Amino acid sequence: MKPWRNPGLWLVLALTVAISVWPALASNKAYTREVSFTILKAVALASSLNILLGYTGYVSFGHIVFYGMGGYVGFYLLDVHNAPLYVAVLAGGLASGLIAFLLGRAILRLRGAYFALATIGINEAARAFIKNFDLFGGPIGMSLNFNVYKSYGGPNQALWIAFISMAALTLVITVVSFLVKTSRFGLGLMAIRENEDAAEVMGVVAPSSKTWAYVLSAIFPGMVGVLFFFKNGNIEPPDAFNLHQSIETIVMVMLGGYGTVLGPVLGSAIYQRLRGLLLVSPLFKNIQLAVAGVLLLIIILFMPAGVVGWLRSRFGALRRVLE
Amino acid sequence: MLDILVASLADGLLLGFVYGIAAMGLSLIWGVMDVINLSHGPIIALGMFGVYLAFNGLGWNPYLTLLLVAVMGLLLGIVIYGVAVHRVLNAPHLSTLLATFSINMIIIGVGTALFTTSPRNVDFSLGSFSLGHITLPWARVAAALAAVLVTALLYLFLYRTRPGKAIRAVANNRAAAELMGIPASRVLALSFGLGTMLAAIAGGLISTFFPFTILAGGRYELKSFVICVLGGLGNPLGALIGGLLLGALEGIIPAFIETSWVPVLEFVLFVVILLVRPSGLLGSKS
Repeated sequence: MKPWRNPGLWLVLALTVAISVWPALASNKAYTREVSFTILKAVALASSLNILLGYTGYVSFGHIVFYGMGGYVGFYLLDVHNAPLYVAVLAGGLASGLIAFLLGRAILRLRGAYFALATIGINEAARAFIKNFDLFGGPIGMSLNFNVYKSYGGPNQALWIAFISMAALTLVITVVSFLVKTSRFGLGLMAIRENEDAAEVMGVVAPSSKTWAYVLSAIFPGMVGVLFFFKNGNIEPPDAFNLHQSIETIVMVMLGGYGTVLGPVLGSAIYQRLRGLLLVSPLFKNIQLAVAGVLLLIIILFMPAGVVGWLRSRFGALRRVLE
Repeated sequence: MLDILVASLADGLLLGFVYGIAAMGLSLIWGVMDVINLSHGPIIALGMFGVYLAFNGLGWNPYLTLLLVAVMGLLLGIVIYGVAVHRVLNAPHLSTLLATFSINMIIIGVGTALFTTSPRNVDFSLGSFSLGHITLPWARVAAALAAVLVTALLYLFLYRTRPGKAIRAVANNRAAAELMGIPASRVLALSFGLGTMLAAIAGGLISTFFPFTILAGGRYELKSFVICVLGGLGNPLGALIGGLLLGALEGIIPAFIETSWVPVLEFVLFVVILLVRPSGLLGSKS
């Protein structure tokens, strides 16, 4: 079936576009833009992680390292070399992809929990290294000079540019996620997820497939990182390599349904909205993390396939629509 | 130069014993049921707060309080096993990782609301003593002795008692142990409890010489990972030796390069060992 004739693709795109145009329709545009930016960023990170976690079955706990590394490279170009935003974004993505390619060759030999532990180790090593790396500002990080925003028509205009770029990037990621899933390459990845040895016997070249899946799932977080830190105006090691954010991304993938195209999009939207509501509720404000933990536990114990997986198994008719 | 090196090495080694029992908890759970307990750090932090609350609120001696902390840690672990781990024990690794991480989020969430994240410390001093040029606080020595005692008791339990032997049997082959009439679920719950007990004790010991917050456990959890990989995952004695090794490294490295580089080396070492010898430096070759 041609990709554009699959209703699953259009459903995912429609959801992403709906999140993106929401600020334009809302009354409080600046506030809604920030909420929408947070959701889009989560969708982008979750969808790219899903290529590795959901399709290939490799649990990367420290995936945020690519967001941080890409963010740092792009930010350095913006700050020190006054590079235009699109160059910085591309450079950030490229840097993350390159790091993933080099790392992947080594650590993708590990399986299961050993791989998960190694990714945590890499994230922590990267954070500790950047803290000592003076070119990137060491422990205090870097801050953008306010003049940088002038070439984008002032800070307010720059925030909109960052938002629109993030929306466009998120759309690209969801399309890529869909294309990977329906391609021959994606089938190979899913075969690796089910049984790596059997997949190799059937002719899937596991080492190179895994490496490319890893690279693909690293490029986009790198680009997202540049956009976020451009908007943020400063970058510091604890924000860039936040292990907690990394695991939250896994939670969003699991909530929506791992290994599906719609799952990470839906999961991120639900999780971020819920988190936003908890943060402003007087009752749950202080224990929002605990509430999120209880939610995660309930999903893991009773709905391991996530919302999309549950819907697919409960209502057979939806299987054609929910990819 | 040599004096400083010897002093910081002694300091690091004493701390290494405490790292060792924290890692032993992680390693025991891993060895028995193939679960990486991501709620390890918050439980270490709860151990710290147990000692803190008993000392500041009730004026109890921190070292006697450790007994209570140990019992609470054991019970907490059994509860966590029953609620979060048991159902997903046979599911893929991602499920147990996330289930224990959800416990991590719950403890940190409630803990932050109750205790905030401002630093605390247990203001209880045993004084210090000098040996040649080296001055060591007694608290470190006491912690190291307690760690050795705990290790010895754990070994006696695992090798000399029936429940301990049952734990080793289940670790070895769960299906065969069940066929021999060992109630595997109860044994697994007990092992999980022992693992969290060790974490809580380690936290209690650390609280006697370092300030801490509810988030402080994360650091020691990461160190425990490094140590487990050094000593071989699933090998309790290896964990103690790994802890000493890490303590020694932390003592020696700052003499040659800046302290801030220590974590870089630690984690690079961690990843390299995982790649080269996933069974650990001291683990068996299989």
